[in-house]
Amino acid sequence: MKGGGLRVYAVAYLLFLYAPIFLLPVFAFNSGTVISFPLKGFTTEWFVQMFGNASLRKALFNSLTIAVSASVFATCLGIFAARASTRFEFPGKTPIMAMIMLPLVLPEIIVSISLLVVLLSIGVQLSILTVILGHTLICMPYATVILSTAFNSLDRSLEEAAYDLGETKWSAFRLVILPLVMPGIISSLLMSFTISLDEFIIAFFLAGNEPTLPTYIFSQLRFPKQTPMIMALGTVLVVMSILLLTIAEYFRRRGLAKTGAKDTGGFL
Amino acid sequence: MTTPSSSTAAHRARTAAARPMIECRDVQKYYSDYHALRGIDLTIREGEFFSLLGPSGCGKTTLLRTIAGFEDISSGAVLIDGQNMEGVPANRRPTNMVFQSYAIFPHLTVAENVGFGLRRDPRSKAEKAAAVEEALEMVGLKGYGKRASHALSGGQRQRVALARALILKPKVLLLDEPLSALDRKMREQMQVELIKLQRQVGITFVLVTHDQEEALVMSDRIAVMFEGQIAQLDGPEALYARPTSRRVANFIGVMNFLPAHVLGETPNGVEVEVPGLGRVEIPAGNVSRRDPGDEGPSVGFRPEAVSLLSASQSGTGRVTGGVIDEVVYYGDMTYYDVRLDGSASFDGKARPVRIAMRNVFGREVQDVGTRANVSWSPGSLVLFR
Amino acid sequence: MAAGNRSQAAQGLTLIAPPLAYAVLVMAAPLVTILAYSFLKDGYLTVIREFTLENYRAVWSDPIFHTILRRSLGVAAMVTLVTVALAFPVAYFLSFVVAAERKGLWLFLITIPFWTSYLIRVFLWKVILGYNGVINSGLKSLGIIEQPLSFLLYNINSMVMTLAHAYAPFAILPIFIALEKIDRSLLEAGRDLGESRAMTFWRVTLPLAMPGVVAASLIVFIPTIGDYVTPALIGGGKIPMIANMIQSQMLDQDNRPMGSALAVSSMLVVAILSLLFVLVNRRFLKVRQ
Repeated sequence: MKGGGLRVYAVAYLLFLYAPIFLLPVFAFNSGTVISFPLKGFTTEWFVQMFGNASLRKALFNSLTIAVSASVFATCLGIFAARASTRFEFPGKTPIMAMIMLPLVLPEIIVSISLLVVLLSIGVQLSILTVILGHTLICMPYATVILSTAFNSLDRSLEEAAYDLGETKWSAFRLVILPLVMPGIISSLLMSFTISLDEFIIAFFLAGNEPTLPTYIFSQLRFPKQTPMIMALGTVLVVMSILLLTIAEYFRRRGLAKTGAKDTGGFL
Repeated sequence: MTTPSSSTAAHRARTAAARPMIECRDVQKYYSDYHALRGIDLTIREGEFFSLLGPSGCGKTTLLRTIAGFEDISSGAVLIDGQNMEGVPANRRPTNMVFQSYAIFPHLTVAENVGFGLRRDPRSKAEKAAAVEEALEMVGLKGYGKRASHALSGGQRQRVALARALILKPKVLLLDEPLSALDRKMREQMQVELIKLQRQVGITFVLVTHDQEEALVMSDRIAVMFEGQIAQLDGPEALYARPTSRRVANFIGVMNFLPAHVLGETPNGVEVEVPGLGRVEIPAGNVSRRDPGDEGPSVGFRPEAVSLLSASQSGTGRVTGGVIDEVVYYGDMTYYDVRLDGSASFDGKARPVRIAMRNVFGREVQDVGTRANVSWSPGSLVLFR
Repeated sequence: MAAGNRSQAAQGLTLIAPPLAYAVLVMAAPLVTILAYSFLKDGYLTVIREFTLENYRAVWSDPIFHTILRRSLGVAAMVTLVTVALAFPVAYFLSFVVAAERKGLWLFLITIPFWTSYLIRVFLWKVILGYNGVINSGLKSLGIIEQPLSFLLYNINSMVMTLAHAYAPFAILPIFIALEKIDRSLLEAGRDLGESRAMTFWRVTLPLAMPGVVAASLIVFIPTIGDYVTPALIGGGKIPMIANMIQSQMLDQDNRPMGSALAVSSMLVVAILSLLFVLVNRRFLKVRQ
C-alpha cells in the first residue's frame, strides 16, 4: 500500500490537529476585538497589552519558578528511579515501579483534590510550593521513562570497564555514565518544564491565591475584551513549547548519535 | 605470514617452568541456590597464554570475573602473584580486562579511551601522551588517536580495548570472549595477532572462549570446564589427542566411539577386545581412568588418526576391512562413513565410523558401497573406562 | 563492583527509596486519606470521625450522580471510539507507508500539539465553535449561511470533538508501537498463501495490533472521564461531568466525606470497567511475538 488514500488521510488528520493552534497567531495579530472572520487588520497591540499587564507578569514569574523547580526535582527523582530500575534487581520491583508510574494514568482531578484535602487538613498554606509538589509528582513518570531509555541504551560493561581501569564506583559514574546520559537529563528537564508550564488543573486547585499562567488565562476567559490578549499570550506559549520540545528532541537524537544506538522514534 | 618473535616450543618450555601467577584453591561460588563454581583448583603460570574453554553456562566467565574481582567467591581462595585477593576490589587488582562488548567509551576519542586508566597516574601530560602513542602503535592503530571511538569497526574497537588495558602494565590480562563479535576472517587474523602481542608483551593472558578451535590455536594450556568444574587441564595437543573423558573428547573436535571389552592389564597398558578392530593393547598414556560412561568402556579415535585404503591396498600397521556407507566431499577433505567388518555399536546396530582423508593430489576418491581397508595403529586409540 | 545478591538488592532499594517515598507521600497517602474520608461523617465545618456508609448510600441513590456518571461514561466511551477509530489509519500509515528514517519526524509532528497548553486548546475550540466564532463568522462572510449555527457549541457533540482532538496523539502512539512489532514476514506469508490484502489485514494485522488498540482505548478513556476543563468551557458549565461534580462537593459545598465518596465511587467504576475491557480482549493480549 503506497501512500495514496492513507497519506491524504494522514495529512488531513495532521491539519485537523494543528488547525486550532494555527488560529492563534492569526487572531493574535488581528486588530479586531472579536475572534471571528473577516480579519480586520494587522496589529501588535495585543502583545504590547500583554507585556504591560502586571498580573500577567506575576503569573508568568510564578509559572517559571514552578516549572524550573518541578523539572529539577522530577529529573533528580527520575535519575534515581531510572538507575534503580535499569541496573538493579530488588524485591517488589514491579509494584514499586508501577506506583512511581501511576500518576500517568490517574486523572489529574483526583490527584489535585486528594492532595488538596490532605494539605488543608494538616493546615498547610496553599502557594507556589504546593503546586511544585503536585507538578513534581506528575512529571516524575515522564522523567523516569526518558532517563530509563537513556540508561538502557548504555553498554552494561562501560561502568565495569571504568572500574577495572582504576576508578571508584562514583568516579566511574561521573566520568562515564553521566556524560552519556546528559542528553537524556536535558531532555527530561525540558519535557518536565513544558508539562509544568502548561499544566492547569493542579495549579487551579493547589495554588491558592497565586496565579500561574494557565490559571490566569482561565480567569480571563469570562472577559471577552481580554480574548485577543489571551490569543497573543497563547501564541507566545505555543511557540515557546514547540521551541523547547524541538530542542529536547535535538538533544535526544544527539544523545543517540553519540552512543551509536538506534532511533526507535520519540519518547516512546 | 611472519612467525612469532620466539618459537612456540621455546615459549612453552619457558612458561612450563615459570612461577605461579594465578592460583585458585577450591574456589566455590553460589548465586543464591545455584552452584556456579564447584571447587576450582587451578594454577596459571607467569607468561602463559591460558584459556578457559567450555559451553555456555559452564562457569568460565564467572571464574574469569572472580579473578578480575567483579564477583565475590563463596569460599576458597584466589591468589594473584602470591597475594590473596580476598577483600581486594577489582579496581585495585593487578589485572585488567577486555570485555566481550569491548566497552569502549563512546563519548571519548580513541586516545582518551586508551589513556583513561592513566587519569590517576602522576606522570606529566606529555609522558602520558607518549605512552598512549606507544600503546596504539603496539596494537597496530598508529595515528588513530584523534578518531571518534563510536565510528570504529569491530576489529579496531578490540584493539583499542587491548591498548587501554595493556597501557596500565597489568600482571594479568583477562579476555572475555574477545573474538566472538568478529567475522570469520577478522577472527582468524586477530588470533595470530593476539599470540604475537602476548609474546611481545610477555604477561599472562587468560582467555575465555566457547570456540575450541580458538583455544587450540592460541593457548599454551587449556582448562576445559563443564558445569562449574574443570574436566581436563592440558596443553592443546594433549587435550586433542588424549582427552580424559568422552565429554571432553566430544567437545574438542569429533571422535568415533566403539564399545570395548576390557581383557586385562598389561605391563604397558590395557588389553581390550573391540568388535570391528580385534584385540588391541592400548598404551598406558591413552587410558583415561575417570569416565566409565553409561555405555561401559569404549575406545575412541579421531577421524584423521586412521587412513582409508582401497580394498586392494595393504598399509602399514593394523588393517581392518569394511564397507563405505557415505562419502562427503569438502574440497580439501573427504569424509567417509565406513561400517567396519564385525563391528558392533552400543545400540546393537553396526554404526559406521567417520574417517577423514586429505584430498592429496593423485589420491582417488572412493565410491559409496565399495569395500575398503582401514589402516590404524594402537597409538591412535584412546580407552575410556 | 563485586555484586553479591544481597548487595544488588540493597543498592537497588536505596536508589529507589527517594522517588518511592515521594510517590507514597504525595500520591498514595492522599489517596488513602480520601478513601478514609469517604467513610466519615460530614460535620458543619469539620469532619466527624465516625465510620459510616452514609456517604456511599447518598452518592449511589442520588439521581444526579447517576445522570452525571452516565454522561461521563457516555462521553468518554464516544470519545474513545471516535479517537481510536480515527487514529488507527494514521498509525497504520506511519508504520507501513512512511519510510523508516521519516518515522521519527512524523511522530514528533503528531505529538507536538499534545505538549501545548491543554487549556488553550480547549479555549480555541470554544472560539472556533462559538456563536460568533470562527466557523460561524467564516461561513457567514463566505455567504454560505445567513444566521450563525447555534448547535455548534454547548452540547455533548462539541465536547466529544474537543476531547477527541486533545487525546488524538495518545491513541496513535500505542497502536503505532503495536503495529511496528508485527513481523512483516507474517503478512507476506499470508499474501503468499493466497489471501487478499483486506483479508490479511482482518485476520493477521488487526488481531496482532489489538494490544495497542486496547492500550490506546484505556489511555484515552481513563483521563477523559476525569476531565474538568472541557465540560466547564465547552459545556458552558451546564453539562457537568464527574470531575465538576467532585469539585463542587469537595470545595464549593465543603463536604469532604461526600466528595471523597464520590471520587472513590467514580474511580471504582472506571477501574472495574477498564478491567472488564481488558478481560474481554485478553485473547488478543496473550499473543507474544
